[in-house]
Amino acid sequence: MLVSVYRYNPETDREPYMQDVEVAISEGKDLMVLDVLNLMKEKDQSLSYRRSCREGVCGSDGVNMNGKNGLACITPLSEVVTNGKLVVRPLPGLPVIRDLVVDMGVFYKQYQRIKPYLQNSSPAASQERLQSPEDRAKLDGLYECILCACCSTSCPSFWWNPNKFVGPSGLLQAYRFLADSRDDATEERLADLDDPFSVFRCRGIMNCVSVCPKGLNPTKAIGHIRDMLLSRAT
Amino acid sequence: MVTNLLSYRRSGVADWIVQRFSALILAAYTIVMVVWLVVNGMELTFAQWQGFIGQTWMRIFTLLTILALASHAWIGLWTVATDYLKKRVIRVAFLGFVGVSLFGYVVWGIIILWGF
Repeated sequence: MLVSVYRYNPETDREPYMQDVEVAISEGKDLMVLDVLNLMKEKDQSLSYRRSCREGVCGSDGVNMNGKNGLACITPLSEVVTNGKLVVRPLPGLPVIRDLVVDMGVFYKQYQRIKPYLQNSSPAASQERLQSPEDRAKLDGLYECILCACCSTSCPSFWWNPNKFVGPSGLLQAYRFLADSRDDATEERLADLDDPFSVFRCRGIMNCVSVCPKGLNPTKAIGHIRDMLLSRAT
Repeated sequence: MVTNLLSYRRSGVADWIVQRFSALILAAYTIVMVVWLVVNGMELTFAQWQGFIGQTWMRIFTLLTILALASHAWIGLWTVATDYLKKRVIRVAFLGFVGVSLFGYVVWGIIILWGF
């Protein structure tokens, strides 16, 4: 199978280029994209990419495969390959460090900005802060995010304003804490998001929903934040 | 919180509400105009136009629509400019041009509505 992979080594290459490699895959076998990258790395040790758990839990190997972001380790070839060709590029919109490795700094900066930890000013309970099963259920579909950045790097609003628009991943996390019955910093969290960029740059394109490898729905979470901001203001 | 002085506003919610509210006004005005045109046919005289637009309620409704159009356009074009015009000089020049143009249209609209 023909694999076209994005190559860039800042120490030797003046600019990035696409390298076409023929990879031998036994007939009738459906490999994951990460397996193909591993086969390529056996031949060429200089090919660089991130990977760790190889089962869609760590979120390290987010890449762009035939135009769509996803985790290489849980994306089978049968799902992405068209016309017998696989094109692998780094996640779009972030600076490339080398080959498929991108600088996630701005993505983490936005994550840090939404204060992704429980804030509660009342004295801690003797054992733990309890939560009803109903309140706990509100966090389903939010807490599962593994921060792979597939969603934020597929979002045009994040491409144009990565320093100002929090992005789908950060906003999903923001709502995860806004929705948590044990968190009482709701007002501060909302006040920090009420500007024309942080939340409202979401134009409902929904690329985030279509690429999320965990099947989460950031657009829905952003809608909830918008509702909270609206009822706070009116 | 992201602040941007050139926006002349700090609230994203306010933008969002103004954008939707002005869209409703524009839609209502469009419906009124289309219905009136359909009812009166396409062969219109100046007197008919003047008689229709010259009514007090229609003057106020038209002014409201012009203001809605100006604010809708400002928010929309400000958003487009901050997305796509990355060079500050170009963005400020473009927004300045948009602002002056919209102000001109509003003044021109008032002159037309109350000048005849």
